[in-house]
Amino acid sequence: MSDLELFELGRWVSFKEGARATLPVMLGVVPFGLICGAVCVASGMTEWGAIGLSVMIFAGASQIVAAQLLAEEGMVGVAIVAALAINLRMMMYSASLLPHFHKERFSMRALFAYLLTDQAFATSINRFSEKDAVSVHRPMYYLGAGIAMWISFNLSTALGAYVGPFIPSELGLEFAIPLTFIALVVPRVSDRPSLIAALAAGGIAYAFDWLPLNLGLLVAAFGGIALGWMATLRKGARCD
Amino acid sequence: MIEEQEYWLVAIAVGVGTFLVRASFLLLPIRVGGEGRLESVLRFIPPAALTALIVPAVLLSGASEGEMFEVEKPVAALVAVLVAWKTRNVLATIALGMLTYWGLSYVL
Repeated sequence: MSDLELFELGRWVSFKEGARATLPVMLGVVPFGLICGAVCVASGMTEWGAIGLSVMIFAGASQIVAAQLLAEEGMVGVAIVAALAINLRMMMYSASLLPHFHKERFSMRALFAYLLTDQAFATSINRFSEKDAVSVHRPMYYLGAGIAMWISFNLSTALGAYVGPFIPSELGLEFAIPLTFIALVVPRVSDRPSLIAALAAGGIAYAFDWLPLNLGLLVAAFGGIALGWMATLRKGARCD
Repeated sequence: MIEEQEYWLVAIAVGVGTFLVRASFLLLPIRVGGEGRLESVLRFIPPAALTALIVPAVLLSGASEGEMFEVEKPVAALVAVLVAWKTRNVLATIALGMLTYWGLSYVL
């Protein structure tokens, strides 16, 4: 096999590994997609409207907020601002991923940006920080995770748009989302500074939940990052 | 019912805006490499941002609907944290967390 063929094989292996890594996450994504499609139709969209919203925005929580506010009269501006505010956290993910992808073409990075979700981000960053991460082709791993997420989320939104009324709300399927984040964050808390960052962010998020437009989330994330970073300074040396 | 014009306005504005948020740093024409000071800050983004999403969803989601403080979600989340810590298995964490939540909801 030529060097080029080996290189292509390595890329494809990483793509498949990234896609496969998101499979367990689907246990949280599919129920959330179902709810998302169901809420859109319940607030007055057509089934195709719900599917289109999912493809255009591709961020469940903000789609739900947009749909609910659209259902009320004269709330277009509020709907846009509120839905966008929920997604501001992804600016941090964008910054966090840049060091891994800065060698990629502009068009490829634009595609990576469109595919950015909590789950694809957390799955990829977790993999990139493992000890044997040098063997992974990072852009292809992320692309695999992103495309797998895109397909499963949009398919489940479409399904939710049609079968939504038959899903009993007392199942509490939306709880699968914080459980997914727990599964992704706990292995990530590997030392004292990252534990401090997590606990501080959680505490601040609890205390500032009353802030409008989900801004408590941003305050909490920045607070956690700052305190975690300060903890590394106190120890004198940076630990990785 | 949702008016067609309003639907398209919101879908396009939020879609384009969200893309710009996602692209904010990824499309910057800069090279960031190695083990700089930037990385020592960026590595706290996953634990801080994800925990900030988890805590209100676990502790405050029932309260916003005017219900009393519910114990099912905090206990199920605690189980999930233990499972994630011991097994590092995503599927087991979500499954056992969800089963604990349903079990407690049924019993209590």
